[in-house]
Amino acid sequence: MSSVNEERLKQYSLLVIVPSYNEAKNLPNTVADLKKFVPWAEILVVDDGSTDNTAQTATLLGCRLLKMPFNIGIGGAVQAGYQYALAGDYDFAAQFDGDGQHDAQSLPGLLAAAIDNQTDLVIGSRYLENNGYKTPITRRLGMRVFSRLVSLIVKQKISDSTSGFRILSRRAIVFCAGTYPSDYPEVEILPLLHFAGLKIMEAPAKMKARSNGKSSITWTKAIYYMVKVVLAITITVLREMPVRKREVV
Amino acid sequence: MFLRTSLFSFAFSILLFIFIIELIRRRKLQERYSLLWLGVAVAMMIVSLSRRLLEILAKAVGIYYPPAALLLVGLLFVIALLLHYATVISKLSDENKTLAQKLAILENKLDERS
Repeated sequence: MSSVNEERLKQYSLLVIVPSYNEAKNLPNTVADLKKFVPWAEILVVDDGSTDNTAQTATLLGCRLLKMPFNIGIGGAVQAGYQYALAGDYDFAAQFDGDGQHDAQSLPGLLAAAIDNQTDLVIGSRYLENNGYKTPITRRLGMRVFSRLVSLIVKQKISDSTSGFRILSRRAIVFCAGTYPSDYPEVEILPLLHFAGLKIMEAPAKMKARSNGKSSITWTKAIYYMVKVVLAITITVLREMPVRKREVV
Repeated sequence: MFLRTSLFSFAFSILLFIFIIELIRRRKLQERYSLLWLGVAVAMMIVSLSRRLLEILAKAVGIYYPPAALLLVGLLFVIALLLHYATVISKLSDENKTLAQKLAILENKLDERS
């Protein structure tokens, strides 16, 4: 693995986008960790219509804040963050969950991977190293289906396609600020970036069990999630087909 | 007579299915709102192909002429779709109102500052 030298990483401006929905309890820890491991980065909390004190907490912690007037969904919230990163001319943007699931300690490693390999999207993967993360069995099946499907389309192995722990280059920020799926975007964006000619890779990342609150995905949502993402990926591939034919002819 | 009705409604549901996919492909229809439509198209294909299913269905609701049950199924789907859109429109109008209010308050803040 590449060396994680803070002085070297500091040369690049980094915006950490923290999508948050009712995370007032988790935010103080999340932000403290981020300040510890990426002290030079700017932290942008995107409050997606929370009903608790998420926005006030973010401001008190000294974060930048985008407060959505109502809940617009994770895709729209994260995209607003990328639009902010684009306007602010950042070299890199990170996506980092506000619920305390992601370990900020892995962030410098992801950034180093993006810089060293000149990659547009680095996905923090739970499964590259045996780091003790146990996925619930019910979820593992769905995740495996997505990862297989996505790996097939982007023609490289993606072990953790649903991970929302990511680093985006300037090119990826430009793309995502313009085009980003609205619900359950993590898997769907991968084929889109691939067909746009952007480079994707994975790097190991630690993730913890959620410290407060419960996952946003319930059973009925899980079925909708599966169907919707598979449909969206199929359509993305269909969209690309005429282009490919034209290139051949 | 029944065969013709079946074939026509099957052909129609296939065309509908292709048309929906094409709409999504051209980004004129979001995946989110296409799922119910795709479900309708697939259900129509099944009902129009399986005569037995249609007969069972017709008998269950007391229709003597099975192809007429096709009409009923179609009508019920249309009602379901309309109701779905009514909920979508309600949500949109709520959000639209919130946006207008936030915008008005922002404009007022900017005006008072200058």
